Amino acid sequence: MESLTGVPLGVKDEVDVGASVRQSLIDETLRELDAELVGLKPVKLRIRQIAALLLVERLREQAGLSAEPPSLHMCFTGNPGTGKTTVALRMAKILHRLEYVRRGHLVVATRDDLVGQYVGHTAPKTKEVLQKAVGGVLFIDEAYYLYRAENERDYGQEAIEILLQFMENRRDDLVVILAGYKDKMDRFFQSNPGLHSRIAHHIDFPDYSLEELMDIADLMMRRQMYAFDDESRQAFREYLVLRIRQAHFANARSVRNAIDRMRLRQAVRLVEQAGRIPKEELARIDAVDIRQSRVFQGRPDGEVPAGDGAAAQCTPEAKDSI
Amino acid sequence: MRLTQGTFSFLPDLTDEQVERQIQYCLNNGWSLGVEYTDDPHPRNSLWEMWNLPMFDVLDPKAVMHEVNACRKAFPNHYIKVNANNSTRGRETVALSFIVHRPAHEPGFRLERQETAGRTVRYTIHAYAADRPSGARYNGE
Repeated sequence: MESLTGVPLGVKDEVDVGASVRQSLIDETLRELDAELVGLKPVKLRIRQIAALLLVERLREQAGLSAEPPSLHMCFTGNPGTGKTTVALRMAKILHRLEYVRRGHLVVATRDDLVGQYVGHTAPKTKEVLQKAVGGVLFIDEAYYLYRAENERDYGQEAIEILLQFMENRRDDLVVILAGYKDKMDRFFQSNPGLHSRIAHHIDFPDYSLEELMDIADLMMRRQMYAFDDESRQAFREYLVLRIRQAHFANARSVRNAIDRMRLRQAVRLVEQAGRIPKEELARIDAVDIRQSRVFQGRPDGEVPAGDGAAAQCTPEAKDSI
Repeated sequence: MRLTQGTFSFLPDLTDEQVERQIQYCLNNGWSLGVEYTDDPHPRNSLWEMWNLPMFDVLDPKAVMHEVNACRKAFPNHYIKVNANNSTRGRETVALSFIVHRPAHEPGFRLERQETAGRTVRYTIHAYAADRPSGARYNGE
């Protein structure tokens, strides 16, 4: 961790930026990010900018040019399954490596953790969570639930005010990341303009392209020690083309669910054919495993939107075609 | 007279940096920290007023320091201590307790003798400051 502070600069007239970059873990961190997260260009760009800024701030400080520490509160918006939570989890680690936060732990909070049940309950509850996050990152998923416009006596407003105060006064102590779906977050900010302006970084997560989704699928398969063959890869591509057009498509999450169902079908196929098979067969997903999907018959896939899920899953049809 | 209660009380007052490192030590041990204050520092008064709630699951000493400083601001003329509680035995027991703030002027305690039956004498101590109502003690002179 002494990588940056170890740079012998003193109050000289010249600074070696290149050397500092090499000594810092920026390049390594960004490379890891590139390798492990597919796509997400604007997100990676912003992380690169933040990393550069923090490095330059460090150099400026050593050169005697004082500046306030930059505010790094962030808001992630985007459609379901575009990687908001994944990036937030990673952000804590990145900021710790860049020596912006002292510990780099992540505290995940939702409305339940912040908002109390009765008068006077909210403030201590919110403060407790904030205190846990000091020295790290506080991640508030689906932040728009904090504010309920329809109920003016809702305690969420109180939690937001405490949050704001903390974000403003103790910004060297923690970083707050809000996340949520774009349209809902926009509405949330409309009713809380103060919150919007105190967050310096609004990052929008774009939907993945077909190619990126295929890359994600490959990555997920590799991690779970499965593999496509040429035929099944083609089948999966066709599956995605159809699936994207259907309702409730959730980007990487849908890919993950599709893979999970493919594994089920593969398992059933292997059990039914019995006999002796080579080891590779256990890892190989066959095109048949994919083409059995209901998506190819123009019907919605096994994924059902929350709410009517229970009813839909009970139909015999759904049971047949996992 | 300087009050000597708790750990480190015979040492010179800890600096903020030293307090912070003690807190870090407590956190490293998994102890939860609480801040307490009083203007009645009689040795038998071991339960001081709690400043907010004890801080469970706090990971960074800065969070505790912030509470200490907030308490100092609210009670500049009180004694303030930090308690660390160890829960490994299934109950929170004090593992470390030290004073982090004291009033500028500490008049100390007087010894009182009470004559009772026979020629028995009972001794007790009494803080000079405790003659004043709570809140108006240790206010300078």
